[in-house]
Formats: sequence, C-alpha cells, structure tokens
Amino acid sequence: MKLLVCISKTPDTTTKIALTGDKSALDANGVQYIMNPYDEWYALVRALEITEKSGGTVTLINVGKADNDAIIRKGLAIGANDAVRVDIEPQSSLSVAKQIAEHAKTGNYDIIFLGKETIDYNGSEVGAMVAEYLDLPFISYASKLELDGNTATISRDIEGGVEVVEVATPFVISAAKGLAEQRIPNMRGIMTSKTKPIAVVSPVAFDDLAVTVSYELPKEKSAVKMVDPNDMDELVRLLHEEAKAI
Amino acid sequence: MILIFAEHQKGQFKKAAFEAVTYGYKVAQATGSSCAALVLGSASDAGTLGKYGASKVFQVEDAALENFDSQVYAAVIAAAMQQTGAKLLVLPHSSTGKSLLGRLAARLNAASVAGVNALPVVDNGFRVKRPVFSGKAIAEYELKSDIKIISLTGNALQPQVTGQDAPVEALSVTVPASRVKVKSVERAEGIVPLPEAELVVSAGRGMKGPENWGIIEELANVIGATTACSRPVADADWRPHHEHVGQTGIAIRPNLYIAIGISGAIQHLAGVNSSKTIVVINKDKEAPFFKAADYGVEGDLFEVVPRLTEAFRKFKGGNG
Ligand SMILES: Cc1cc2nc3c(=O)[nH]c(=O)nc-3n(C[C@H](O)[C@H](O)[C@H](O)COP(=O)(O)OP(=O)(O)OC[C@H]3O[C@@H](n4cnc5c(N)ncnc54)[C@H](O)[C@@H]3O)c2cc1C
Ligand SMILES: Nc1ncnc2c1ncn2[C@@H]1O[C@H](COP(=O)(O)O)[C@@H](O)[C@H]1O
Repeated sequence: MKLLVCISKTPDTTTKIALTGDKSALDANGVQYIMNPYDEWYALVRALEITEKSGGTVTLINVGKADNDAIIRKGLAIGANDAVRVDIEPQSSLSVAKQIAEHAKTGNYDIIFLGKETIDYNGSEVGAMVAEYLDLPFISYASKLELDGNTATISRDIEGGVEVVEVATPFVISAAKGLAEQRIPNMRGIMTSKTKPIAVVSPVAFDDLAVTVSYELPKEKSAVKMVDPNDMDELVRLLHEEAKAI
Repeated sequence: MILIFAEHQKGQFKKAAFEAVTYGYKVAQATGSSCAALVLGSASDAGTLGKYGASKVFQVEDAALENFDSQVYAAVIAAAMQQTGAKLLVLPHSSTGKSLLGRLAARLNAASVAGVNALPVVDNGFRVKRPVFSGKAIAEYELKSDIKIISLTGNALQPQVTGQDAPVEALSVTVPASRVKVKSVERAEGIVPLPEAELVVSAGRGMKGPENWGIIEELANVIGATTACSRPVADADWRPHHEHVGQTGIAIRPNLYIAIGISGAIQHLAGVNSSKTIVVINKDKEAPFFKAADYGVEGDLFEVVPRLTEAFRKFKGGNG
C-alpha cells in the first residue's frame, strides 16, 4: 500500500502563550514546537504498522517552511520512508488542504492519514477539506483500523459511543487516540532518517478566505474562592446564587 | 439567508440544534437577514425549530440519509445552500458538524471557522472569535468570501424560545450513493455524552482505585451530571476511555466542572478550562488546579464528596 501521512507542527501544550506587540500573531520567542501528537502517535504509527505487515511505503507531507524540517526528520526517524514539504507558511486550513490535495492528486495513495485535530487550533478542518478536494470518502476520529485487502473496517468515535464503518481504498482517515501506540524513535531510526529524502515543492497559488485579524489573551481568572470543607451547603448556595451553574 | 444544520439523533433534535438556531436567529436580526433550519433524514417534529427562531424548516428525507457519511451529507447540504441562496451556514461543533465543515468549505470555496463560541461582529465585514492554544488565547478571524461557514461550540449560548412552530418545506435534492457502509452504531444509553454535558463530575488519581467511584457516581446522579476522569485513570482502566478529558482526550465546555482528586496538570486543563464554572476538591492546597478554579475546597475527598452530595440533595429537595 502507498500511504500518505499529513504532519503538522504545533506549540507544546505546556508553552506559555504570549502575543506580539501589535497582537497580530503569537510571539514565537521561546515557544517549544512539537509534532502534533495525533499525527505522530496515532496516524503515523498506524500507517507504519500497515506497511510493516503488508508492504508498501509511508510518505510524510507537511505544509510549512524549512523550520519544520526538525519534525519531519522525527517522522522519518520513527519510520516513514520519505517526505514532501510544501514550502509555504501555513495560513488558513483551506490553503493547507489545497496544498496537500495538489500533491496527493498525482500520488496514487491508497490511504491518506491525518490527525483528528491540531492541538493548537483544534480546528479539525483539514482532513475533510483534503477528502473533498480529492472526492474521496472521509472517516474521521478513527480509533481502530483493520485492513483486509482493499477493504478497511474502521471504528470512529462519536458523541457517547462508537460507530463501525466499512470502506474501500482509497480514502482519507483522521486519527484519534487508540488507533496505535506511541513509538519513540530509536538510535538506528535517527541515524537512517538523516539520509532519507525530503522533497521541497513549491506551493500552488491560493487566496485565503478566512484570515486571522488579531489575537487576545483571555481575561485573568479572578482568584479562587475557598469554601470551608465542612460547609458544603455554602458551596451549593454559591453555585446556585453566584455562579448560576445549577 | 442563514441556514442552520439542525442535527438530530433518530429524529430527536440535540440541544446543539436549538442553540444553533438561536444563534442564527440573532445573527439574522443583526444583519437584517432571515434564518432557516435544514433537517436531513426523518424527524417528525422538525417544525419545533421555528420556536427558536427559524422562519422556515427545510427537510430532505431519503432513506440514504439515515446513516451519516460526510460526503453524502455535504453534497446534500451544498445543494440546499444553492437552492435556498443561503450565504451563512451554521453547523454544530460535534463529530458530525466537524466532519462536514471542511468538506463544505472546500466544496463551496467558502471561508470557514471551526469552534466559534460567540456571536459575530457584523458592522464592517464578518468577524468571529474562537479560543486557541488550549484556551490560552482567543483569535479573531475575518471571513472574506461570499459564502461563510462556522461551527458553533456547545453551551456557547442558551437556546431561546422566540416564536411559534415554523412551516416545514420538503427540498428535492438528489442524494448521491454512499461509498461508506455503516456496520454498527453503539451509544451509551440514558447518559448525556460528555461533549454535550452541561454538568460534569470528574475524578482523578486521588480516588486511589476504581472501587471507590461509587461516591462520584452518586454525586453525578444527584445533579444529573455526566462523569469524566483524568488520563492516568483511563490508562489504568479504572474508568472507560471515553471518560478521559484533556489534551489527548475530549475537550469539554460545560457550565459546571467539578474536579475531584485531580492535580490540574496543564494537559488536563487543556480540555476543561473553557468550562464556565470550575470547582476543585483536593487535599493539597498547592495543587495547580486551584489556580484555574472558581471555587475550591481543601479537604479529603472521601469526606467532602459525600457531604457535597448531601448538600445538593437537600437543595434539590427544596427546589423541586
Ligand atoms: C503529552 C501528554 C498528554 C497528556 N494528556 C492528558 C489528558 O488529556 N488528560 C489528563 O488528565 N492528563 C493528561 N496527561 C497527564 C497529565 O500530565 C497528568 O499526569 C494527569 O492529568 C494527572 O492525573 P491526576 O490529576 O488524576 O493524578 P495526580 O497528578 O496524581 O493527582 C492526584 C491529585 O489527587 C489529590 N488527592 C489525593 N488523595 C486525595 C484525597 N484523599 N482527597 C483529595 N484529594 C486527593 C492529590 O493532592 C493530587 O493533586 C498528559 C500528559 C502528557 C505528557
Ligand atoms: N501545515 C500542515 N501540514 C501538513 N498537515 C497538516 C498541516 N496542518 C494540519 N495538518 C493535518 O491536518 C490535521 C488536522 O488539522 P486541523 O484541521 O488544523 O485541526 C492535523 O492533525 C494534520 O494531520
């Protein structure tokens, strides 16, 4: 099978968020970037398991500038065969999806993997967009994927439960927790990743339709109000009268 | 016109559908437009959406719509957008809505923003906000295309009854064949799923073991809350995985989140800090969760939780 895994870069959750002076962007100073966990832990690892079992290749794709090469190398160290980087700073989800679809159009991939969402914007948009551009089925929030020839049986997380679907390749899938177990790159992987190719390709032209105007920081939370552990009636009263939560 | 995709489960509308219609109604009022709802598949009382502000309800009934396939649904919704001339589509920010948003944006070449939690600013263009970076910042977007699509997070506003039932009009749309076969759908019966819950009682490793969860369930029962847990608790199989909230679990936004014996690690907070009111019960006054809390109780959960349950029971009794 020929598999494509879309990987993105995201600030680590523990990063302190600060804005640039004009509030138009995130202040990248001191921000620790990582590969989006859903892409790394679940999408990529499940793709690797499939090719390890039945043969084939795993290609990574990232839309971003050269500073993304570190996370691409990590993906190669975990086991992907090669990578494509579309050389443009990602703007809207639609433009990212357009770039991925442009590459995938001619790639003859059997399955295109994405993470269910990036942990910075939690948009969960790109997968459906890629699927639509390529006119392919899209199975979102997959927590289990079994393949039998060209037929996939997939469990997907829905509110309060699980749905099981069957679909033939080619298709697009977004990975949720459970799809695979996280892998840590080993020394050999890290060494061989250095010789694996990253093809840098030029973006296609695309006009952004949704643009970020500004950022703001949320209002400071007022200090916590401590309630006497022996007086839970008081807590209930506060929740009812003050917070209007019940 | 503003079109609201009114999600339902086997004909029962979700609260998110009423919220989205209320939202659409308010946007319509601000922009001098009108708001209509779109129902796919069979739902007997589709007209009730009118109460929340839809002046009309469009319905597409077809056996092929009984199961969800984003490709089929997107084709039908896009056709409905064209037939009705709608310029703004509001989807729920649910697994269904999120799977549709991107498809429709690509299909209709529309600007989209997922996870919007407040009304747009419409005086000069169309701007919406949503939380980003695990709630550590808020981003504002301008939607510059003719057709715009947003998904609305649950509990972002309360549904409001503003009128009467609306007339239901059948739309005739060709429903394409699905390439996805739904083999089974399993849902826990009788409980409100976490992403939709307004009240959540959540517990962590401070519980010591799964055998102690009785007090958590009792508290949840008394107030009609859904139960959740921290990640180590789900990883240890003390609780089912679908209860795990946080960065790697489910992100929730209830009116009330009661965190019991949870330390409040950043990865946990990432999934819960958009909750309107947070109560933390922890025996360690240095627990980081207190910094994110509205109300805190420093004490042993095994004593405090039964006391709180009793207090709620008394309150419920007094308030019918
Ligand atoms: C990449 C990554 C992703 C992660 N994603 C998530 C996620 O999605 N969700 C998540 O929850 N975690 C996540 N974690 C784990 C997270 O960092 C914490 O380890 C976890 O949230 C801690 O769980 P806890 O609060 O239940 O346990 P602990 O940190 O062990 O806290 C237990 C708390 O209980 C209190 N306590 C103990 N006994 C009592 C008592 N008798 N009465 C009252 N209080 C008591 C203690 O004071 C303590 O504060 C992630 C970690 C990483 C590295
Ligand atoms: N810049 C990017 N390059 C490659 N893939 C991306 C990029 N941004 C997002 N993705 C993929 O799309 C998924 C969903 O992202 P999002 O729609 O932004 O939540 C991610 O988990 C990635 O798999």
